Amino acid sequence: MTATMRDEFTDAMHEALDADPRVALVLAEISADAFVDAAERHPDRVINTGIREQLMIGVTGGLALTGMRPVAHTYAPFLVERPFEQIKLDLGHQDVGAVLVSIGASYDRSVSGRTHQAPADVALFDTLPGWTVYVPGHAGEVGPLLRQAISGDDRVYLRLSTQTNAAARQVDPGRFEVVRRGSAATVLAVGPMLDRTLEAVTGLDVTVLYVTTVRPFDGRTLLATLGAPVLVLVEPYREGTSVPFVAAALRHLPHRSIGIGVPAVELRRYGSPAEHDAAYGLDAASIRRRIETVLAAQPAI
Amino acid sequence: MTATEVPTRRRYGYDELPQLLESMPGEEAIRPSTLDVLWVLYDRILNVDADRPDDPGRDRFVLSKGHAPSAFYAVLAAKGFLDPAVLPTLQQFDSPLGGHPDRVLVTGAEIGSGSLGHGLPLCVGMAHGLRATGRSAGVFCLIGDGELDEGSNHEAIAYAGRSLSPDSPSSRSTMHRVGTAGAAGSPPGSGSPAGPRTPSTDATTEHWQPHSRRRPAIVRRSSLRRWQPDDRDHARRVHRRNA
Repeated sequence: MTATMRDEFTDAMHEALDADPRVALVLAEISADAFVDAAERHPDRVINTGIREQLMIGVTGGLALTGMRPVAHTYAPFLVERPFEQIKLDLGHQDVGAVLVSIGASYDRSVSGRTHQAPADVALFDTLPGWTVYVPGHAGEVGPLLRQAISGDDRVYLRLSTQTNAAARQVDPGRFEVVRRGSAATVLAVGPMLDRTLEAVTGLDVTVLYVTTVRPFDGRTLLATLGAPVLVLVEPYREGTSVPFVAAALRHLPHRSIGIGVPAVELRRYGSPAEHDAAYGLDAASIRRRIETVLAAQPAI
Repeated sequence: MTATEVPTRRRYGYDELPQLLESMPGEEAIRPSTLDVLWVLYDRILNVDADRPDDPGRDRFVLSKGHAPSAFYAVLAAKGFLDPAVLPTLQQFDSPLGGHPDRVLVTGAEIGSGSLGHGLPLCVGMAHGLRATGRSAGVFCLIGDGELDEGSNHEAIAYAGRSLSPDSPSSRSTMHRVGTAGAAGSPPGSGSPAGPRTPSTDATTEHWQPHSRRRPAIVRRSSLRRWQPDDRDHARRVHRRNA
């Protein structure tokens, strides 16, 4: 069975705990059974607060204040939305660093309903200063991004998902990867959206950039590869989240930018993530129709 | 806050706290309920040194009750963490002293506080971090009685009582103490003694001293009456006894 992003995170986290005495892991019951042996080997550095997410982030901040490099991990809505003030104050306001690693991205937990879905997570981090955000597209990209995150002292959000591309790519943290070149538009595919985006643009004359570091936003690569100033973002979280960053990178140019992503509706449906993809227009066929519409639109002169 | 060059400043005594307090503008200059507790902590309990504010082995005092911090600033100035000349600038645009302390701006402030209920969870993390780094420093948290309404405190209390006690598998000699200023009800199982009703700093000292530094403890301190001068003879006798 292919390893999931969560499996790869577990393995990489074990290695990090063994390799670096500054590294600590803070859990709130979720994934605790995967770290029982690690907790026995490193009892002071694997902490399970129980189902207490405010405490989880407070403990993370306190660990950082004593010079540790803490990693906090649970489901995205409980890691980001529930203790958001703790992220704002116990990390940001204390001016300390931490790595927050989520699972259950957007509607991975399609059967669980809205309470277990947090497509607004990246947008929330955009309201706070100093966050790096990584969105891997395959389990094979998780280890390098986690190690990169842990190696520093700053604030990093690493967003894991059950949605995945078919193969891992060689990620260069901080940089967009140029997957193919075209002239009529630039399509930025974030994380797990790459494969379906490549399928969607088959035969279209567009540049495709693969994005695993969404923050800081690599405007330099965007500008260096720009053909026609038509930008399409394909993001696995709230639609339009990165549009302001495209606008900032292209502020000196007239341009059009379109955000494709999860709309702000509460679907109240269960089923599979693929069914949600179709419902939100995030399957390959729907993405193609959107991009064709964008390319066909005549600019008003 | 990292201090590269720390000047050795003059220290002030308990009797001089009023003049330090009065040098700060605003109606909230006097806050006796925290003043005595803070003085006793910084004068007699805490292993902290204003000449080495970043010493990783120092005790950590966390003012979770961040509002009305004038008493905290006055005690920090008395103990040499702050230049008293900065006290009159309280709440001005460029002042390091705001309506709530910011650890980035205030040497000696371990956290930035203001929103209630954040200090104790941070303390739990500090206790873990100190233990993980082999330090036996103590962690002290001052919480307001109203502040104890915040549920985040109860997450920390429920967790720390079980997971930071000497009987927990990862225990070493980390000192850990939690204090409240005010007459909040004792949390279940905390075993805290009833607070004395006199406002003297010596009663406060006696309150803190007996508690073992080896297990989490909650010290409940009844609300004090208006601040009064200390009984210096009584202070000398008690101090010698406890020394």
